[in-house]
Amino acid sequence: MSEKSKNNDLTEFVNQKYKYGFSTKIESDRIQKGLNKEVITLITRKKKEPELLLKFRLKAYKKWKKMRHPEWSDLQFPEINFQDVVYYSAPKQTKKLKSLDEADPELLKTFEKLGIPLTEQKRLANVAVDAVFDSTSIGTTYKQELSSLNIIFTSISEAAWEYPELIKAHLGRAVPIGDNYYSTLNSAIFTDGSFCYVPKNTICPFELSTYFRINEPKSGQFERTLIITKENSFLSYLEGCTAPQYNDNQLHAAVVELIAYDNAEIKYSTVQNWFIGDKYSMGGIMNLVTKRGLCLGSHSKISWTQVETGSGITWKYPSCYLIGENSQGEFYSVAFTKEYQQTDTGSKMLHVGKNTRSRIISKGICAGKSKNIYRGLVKVTRKAEGARNYSQCDSLLIGNSSISNTIPYISVRNPVTKIEHEASVGSVAEDQIFYCLQRGIPKEEVVTMLISGFCQEVFNKLPLEFSVEADYLLRLKLEGSIG
Amino acid sequence: MNEKIPILEIQNLKASVGSIEVLKNLNLKINKGEIHAIMGPNGSGKSTFSKIIAGHPNYKINNGKIFFKGENILDLEPDERARLGIFLAFQYPIELPGVTNDSFFEYIHRSHKENSVNLTCGDDWIDMLNLVFEKAKILELPINDNFGERYVNEGFSGGEKKRNEILQMLALDSELSILDEIDSGLDIDGLKIVSAVINDFMNDDKAIILITHYQRLLDYVKPTYVHIFQDGKIIKTGDFNLVKEIELKGYDWLKESI
Repeated sequence: MSEKSKNNDLTEFVNQKYKYGFSTKIESDRIQKGLNKEVITLITRKKKEPELLLKFRLKAYKKWKKMRHPEWSDLQFPEINFQDVVYYSAPKQTKKLKSLDEADPELLKTFEKLGIPLTEQKRLANVAVDAVFDSTSIGTTYKQELSSLNIIFTSISEAAWEYPELIKAHLGRAVPIGDNYYSTLNSAIFTDGSFCYVPKNTICPFELSTYFRINEPKSGQFERTLIITKENSFLSYLEGCTAPQYNDNQLHAAVVELIAYDNAEIKYSTVQNWFIGDKYSMGGIMNLVTKRGLCLGSHSKISWTQVETGSGITWKYPSCYLIGENSQGEFYSVAFTKEYQQTDTGSKMLHVGKNTRSRIISKGICAGKSKNIYRGLVKVTRKAEGARNYSQCDSLLIGNSSISNTIPYISVRNPVTKIEHEASVGSVAEDQIFYCLQRGIPKEEVVTMLISGFCQEVFNKLPLEFSVEADYLLRLKLEGSIG
Repeated sequence: MNEKIPILEIQNLKASVGSIEVLKNLNLKINKGEIHAIMGPNGSGKSTFSKIIAGHPNYKINNGKIFFKGENILDLEPDERARLGIFLAFQYPIELPGVTNDSFFEYIHRSHKENSVNLTCGDDWIDMLNLVFEKAKILELPINDNFGERYVNEGFSGGEKKRNEILQMLALDSELSILDEIDSGLDIDGLKIVSAVINDFMNDDKAIILITHYQRLLDYVKPTYVHIFQDGKIIKTGDFNLVKEIELKGYDWLKESI
C-alpha cells in the first residue's frame, strides 16, 4: 500500500517539468533573425563596441561563410538554420547601473528563482558573480574587492574599451578565428561573456563565478570567456548554467579561452543543468562549445572539471595545449545523460613542451535511451620529450536502452613518453546493491549512493560548495531513471 | 504471550538457484536470548541459508515459510527485512568505491528514519556516527586514520573488513544478527576482541546465528544450540558438546549415522 503511493510520487516526480522552465517578462531589445554583415555591425553598434572587436567579428564571419558544418561526431540532430536564429537579445536598459539595487526587479527575481546570489544582501561569501542574462552582463559584485588586488573581472565588451591592449593580445589566442565551425561562428557574433585577468604574483582570494541563462526563445547565446593568469598567480573559476523551457532547440555556441603564464594556475569548473528536451527529444539546448586552455608558461597548470547533466545535445572537448615546459593539464568530467540526450564529450591534451603532464578522468552515466560518448585526443609532438598522460574513462549503464562509447585517439611522435589509457563499461554491481539493501537502504537510494560514489573522484575536484551542489543535482537527475 | 513468539521460525523451506536445489526442507526455530551456531562442510548450504533469510534475489523459494517475529517475510524486499531487524554480516564484505563510511552510515540512518524505524543509537545520524566512533575504537579499527572519509571496505584488510561488519551490527542493533564466518580473516587477537564485543552486544531480547567452521569462535561465544548442515538441511542439532565431537571426528561420522 505504502509502496504504491511511493511509486505514484515517483512517477509524478519524474514527470515534473524542468524546474527552471519559466521565462521572464522583460522588455528585451532584439534584432531581426538572421546572420549577415549588417547584423554584425548592428550588434557592435548596439553594444557600443570599439573598432577592434568589429574587425575581429568581420574577419571571423568571412571565414565562417567558407566553412562547413563538421560531420565527424556521433550526434544526430537536424541541420541548424543559422538564418533562423536571433543573434542579439539584451534586456532594455538605457542607463548604466551603479549597483545591483538599481537593476530591474523582474531580472533580479529571475536570478533569485535560479538561486543565484546576486543581490548585495544575498551574495554568497567568497563568490563573485558576473551574471549574463541572455546577452548583456547586468552587474558585477565584488568589483571593489577585486580591484584592490588589480584583478580585472568584467564583461568582454567593457574590457574591449578599458583594456584594448589585453584584448588585442589575447582574444583568439587559444581559439584562433577559423579554429572550428562553431567557434568561428562565435567569433563573429559573440554577444557577451566574462573577461578575467589576474596580474603577476596574485592569488585570487575567492572563486569567480558566472551564471549563464538563456531566456529569449530562438535566441542563441554565444558567450565568450577569456581568462588570463599572469606569472605565479592562481584563479578558480566557476560556471553554472540553466535555461528555461522552449519548444525550439536553442543554440548555444560558446568559446572559453584560458591562458596561463609561468607557474600560474587556472582551475575552471562547470556544472551544467540545461533543459534536456521533452520526452520526444524536442526542445533541448544544443550546446556546441569550444573550451581551450593554453599553458603558455613553464610549470603552468590548467584544470577543467565539468559536471554535465543538461542539454539535449552536448558537443564539447575542453582541452589543454601544454606549451610551457613542465606544464600540466587536467580534465575531470562527469557526464550524465537520460531520456534522449546525446553527449559527445571528452578532452584534448596536446603535449608540446618537455616533461608536460596530463590527466583525463571521465565518468559517463547513461540512462534511458540516451547516448553518451567519450571522445578524446592525446597528442605528443616531436619535441615533447618526457611527456606523460594518464587517461581513465569509466562508463556506467542504467537499463538496457542506452549507448555508451569510448573513442580515444592517441598520437605520439616522441619515443620518450608514457601514455596510459584505461577504460571500463559496466552497470552497478549486483553484490554491491545487495550489500547496501541488507543495511536497510531502499533500492533507489542504493543506486544513487553507488553512482554518486562512482563520480566522487571528479566531485572531489570541484570547489566545496559546487561539489555538494553537483552531488545534489546528480541525485535529482537520477530520480526516476533507476528501473 | 509475545514472549512465546520466536524471533525466527523457518518451516519446511525449500529453495533453488537455477535448477539446483540448495535448501531441502529446512526447519529451525530461534527464540529471544538464544545463540545458534551453524556448522557443516563446505557447500552444505550455510551461506546460502543466510542469504535466503536476508532475501537475496538469486534464490527461488519453492516451498515453506520464514517467519520473523511472527510475520511471514518471504514477500519482503531485502531492505524491508533489514529494517524489520535482520542483520547479516557478510562472509566477504563488499567494497563500495567512492562511498565514504560517513555517508554510508548517513544513508543507513536516514533510510531507517524515513521508514519510521526507531534506532537505539538515537534520532540524529550524528548519534549513529558518535556510536560508531566509540565502538570503532573498541574494535581497534583505525578510526584516527580518517576512517569516516575512507571508502567502505576499500583498501581494508580482511580483518578490518570483518570488524567493520561488526561495527555496522552494533550501529543497527538488530534483533537478529547472522554472522557468516565472522572468524575467518581475523587473527587471534582480533577474534578475542570481536568475541568480547558480540558477548557484550547479546542480551535477552536478541538472537544471533553464528556460521562457522571452527570451535575457536564458539569457545569465546557460547552457543545455546549447535546445528550441523549437510546437503541443504539440518542433520543434527545439539549443544556445545557437539562442537567438540566435530572438532575431533569431522563430519563423516554424522553422514554415516543418517
